[in-house]
Amino acid sequence: MPLGDNLFMQEPAITKDLIAAHGLKPDEYERLLKTIGREPSFTELGIFSAMWNEHCSYKSSKKWLRTLPTTGPQVICGPGENAGIVDIGDGQCVVFKMESHNHPSYIEPYQGAATGVGGILRDVFTMGARPIAAMNSLSFGELSHPKTRQLVNGVVAGIGGYGNCFGVPTVGGEVRFDAAYNGNCLVNAFAAGLADTDKIFYSAASGVGMPVVYLGAKTGRDGVGGATMASAEFDDTIEEKRPTVQVGDPFTEKRLMEATLELMATGAVISIQDMGAAGLTCSAVEMGDKGNLGVRLDLEKVPTREPNMTAYEMMLSESQERMLMVLKPELEAEAKAVFDKWDLDFAIVGETIAEDRFVVMLNNEVKADLPLKALSGTAPEYDRPWVETPRAAPLDDVPEIDPIDGLRALLASPNYAAKNWVFEQYDTMVMADTIKLPGLGAGVIRVHGTRKALAFTSDVTPRYVMANPTEGGKQAVAEAYRNLTAVGAKPLATTDNMNFGNPEKPEIMGQFVGAIKGIGEAVSALDMPIVSGNVSLYNETDGTGILPTPTIGAVGLIDDIDHIIAGEAREGHVALLVGKTKGHLGQSALLAEVFHRKDGDAPHVDLDAEKRNGDFIRDNRHYIKACTDLSDGGLIVAAFEIAETAGVGVSLDAADTAKLFGEDQARYLVACNFDQAEALITEAGKTGVHVEAVGRFGGHNVSIDGTSAPLSELSGIYRSAFASAVA
Amino acid sequence: MRAAVIVFPGSNCDRDLVVALEQAGADVQMVWHKDKELPAGLDLVAVPGGFSFGDYLRCGAIAAQSPICRSVVNFAGKGGYVLGICNGFQILTETGLLPGALLRNADLHYICKYVPLTVQTANSAFTRGYTKGQNINIPIAHHDGNYNVDPETLGRLKGDDRIAFTYGDNPNGSTADIAGVLSENRRVLGMMPHPERAADSRLGGTDGTALFRALADSLVAA
Repeated sequence: MPLGDNLFMQEPAITKDLIAAHGLKPDEYERLLKTIGREPSFTELGIFSAMWNEHCSYKSSKKWLRTLPTTGPQVICGPGENAGIVDIGDGQCVVFKMESHNHPSYIEPYQGAATGVGGILRDVFTMGARPIAAMNSLSFGELSHPKTRQLVNGVVAGIGGYGNCFGVPTVGGEVRFDAAYNGNCLVNAFAAGLADTDKIFYSAASGVGMPVVYLGAKTGRDGVGGATMASAEFDDTIEEKRPTVQVGDPFTEKRLMEATLELMATGAVISIQDMGAAGLTCSAVEMGDKGNLGVRLDLEKVPTREPNMTAYEMMLSESQERMLMVLKPELEAEAKAVFDKWDLDFAIVGETIAEDRFVVMLNNEVKADLPLKALSGTAPEYDRPWVETPRAAPLDDVPEIDPIDGLRALLASPNYAAKNWVFEQYDTMVMADTIKLPGLGAGVIRVHGTRKALAFTSDVTPRYVMANPTEGGKQAVAEAYRNLTAVGAKPLATTDNMNFGNPEKPEIMGQFVGAIKGIGEAVSALDMPIVSGNVSLYNETDGTGILPTPTIGAVGLIDDIDHIIAGEAREGHVALLVGKTKGHLGQSALLAEVFHRKDGDAPHVDLDAEKRNGDFIRDNRHYIKACTDLSDGGLIVAAFEIAETAGVGVSLDAADTAKLFGEDQARYLVACNFDQAEALITEAGKTGVHVEAVGRFGGHNVSIDGTSAPLSELSGIYRSAFASAVA
Repeated sequence: MRAAVIVFPGSNCDRDLVVALEQAGADVQMVWHKDKELPAGLDLVAVPGGFSFGDYLRCGAIAAQSPICRSVVNFAGKGGYVLGICNGFQILTETGLLPGALLRNADLHYICKYVPLTVQTANSAFTRGYTKGQNINIPIAHHDGNYNVDPETLGRLKGDDRIAFTYGDNPNGSTADIAGVLSENRRVLGMMPHPERAADSRLGGTDGTALFRALADSLVAA
């Protein structure tokens, strides 16, 4: 297949502007020229831009991601595949990942969020796992910003529209508001699936001359250039980028999942890869690269939605609900029958080849002929300059505040109000294994047909990371650890979704480096290695970046459903605080919401204390009726949440602001009867864990040292604030 | 009891329904929508929730044209028992087995939560495990559950005691708070709430169990 003149027919000339429009820097283009030894064709330029953009190549983050702990006896597959895989015993495993869809969601909230959910579900079932749980971590601008309400409504409807139809329960997540997200919202979607350990599918192709099969929906012109768009900052031309956002079809995804799992059961699959960012390009290169093979594609065989699509468009389309598979040729008929049953496309579009080449043909014309390994292997990698985030200014005096007034202010803030308005738009119970619905702490799903359960949580406190990236990174992991612990689960492993601004700015890169350091230390100390993840950079608009937001998604195992901590506080129960309280108010929710201040350092995380206190909760769960971790809003918010859930009042003995609202880490609030409290205090004495009785549940009021308010009044605020702010 | 659960592309509560029926002692088969005939010897056909055909065009409208639906209508015509839950209820109204139509929820949002229901009649194989006037909690999960029926039909439904369940706190704008209705021969039930999601004490509720148990008891006797 010599490169003829026809390679360049009807295609635009490669100019400086065209190169820049593909997001390639001049030095990156030089690198491209050196790699292939000639000027690229238009299609080839598109392929390089797809493979070398930040979103696909991790060129700014790779150096630092390598430092994260990713192994452990529980880890079956760490980062690098479609999703991470963790052993849960009995020949079963949980497959999970979190991924961002920030840029598209800001441009087109419904479709952006919907396809974010679709992409992460595909990552999970591509590996042979049936999705059993979803979560999403959402960050929006302040509610007074003209775009925020539209984004919240669109994103939530998009997540629901896709996940509900697909049929996966959404069991957790977060929603936050901060002016720093006014120009860039964050949509981080998590999915987990269940598989048999001996029936996992990977992307590495094997065997020469094996058919490469295209599965699923047809290819259209949507999403062309999406991955490149997602690797750039926003400015006032953002509306012009709307056509780069893909359109989701959850009905097709559901059929694709059922068909893929049926197909895998036939034994016909050698390797399989979903088409996500940069579609056909990324998936074909990935399969060849991992299998040390070349790939030839005949694009005229690709099922298309519209006529006369060019090679460039087909290679860069991000049409959804598509997969690429290497097939055992002798089982073609069986494989095709499955896809016929589900009315999905099944087309042999190429084959694996022995040479290290990625050859793209259209109607017998060579459109691209590139060294395949070089496409991923020689992608640029940067050691970007970074500066350490300066130490936060010391905290100024915080005035004492009437505790009930402070609590009221937090409950009325959409950041801390109940999020029912959000999660009641998601199907939280489909598959009929949801043990704990989203709302507070971790969601819990029974492993179908067993006595095991899995707990899921997603956490990060961006204002801590802003003030102190390392401690903030640790805290995100520690909070996830606590949320899993508070339902009785043993934390297993973690997925990280790193959302930051422009990495070319040394102070932003410094945030990234600091957060990675903190996350690494914490996942190592708490034995919850990183098994998958995603990096989203350039979350900036007109030069202003978001708060650094390294979202931590974590999964925990409960070996027997009888060991779940899922009770409620009752009249007369003791409120026991586990962990030491110093009264750290720097960067606290109280400071932000009531005093509109952002000073002070983030709370420091004592990882030994986290481990010790977490083990204490798990070891003594039989004494614990209800449990929550202490995070935003400290003791007073935790006590309110336990009381509100149970519909009983609570009275706390403490009076001072720092003790009530401080956000010291490694703490839990427990509700139990008097005898159980005594037993817990005895056990704590043996293990060096600090436990103190801080109050009592009962009555109809929330009372703090003399001041009080009816629970019903506070509950009314808590339950209505979110809807009235966003609806 | 021998039961079939119909599977359409986009059904997603089919497995859950199989589990709940099996727990009540039923022998359950899943039947693909392209099949033309139901298996022989069935006591019950159950049409599950989900998004058959993506809810494109109109919820349940495309599924109602599937080959298997003709057999379901024939089965009901011969006095067979048919249960439609959520999307299944929508499909049964589209086939004409049940009156009325399910419109978009009044607040235009998808809603998933436990809701209080009142059992309006214990006079059916589906509801005889409850008592008339009993309050139960069963989850809903739908975007189009706003039951709409003309005044004349509503009068007949009331007069014939065919309203099976009503909402305690109408979540979706349904006419007369209706959550589930029976056919004229009382052998077809359509309901928006999901009893199969409230059939296990581990999952927060068991108020749906009585429905499946009553069916199993009634249909064994039959």
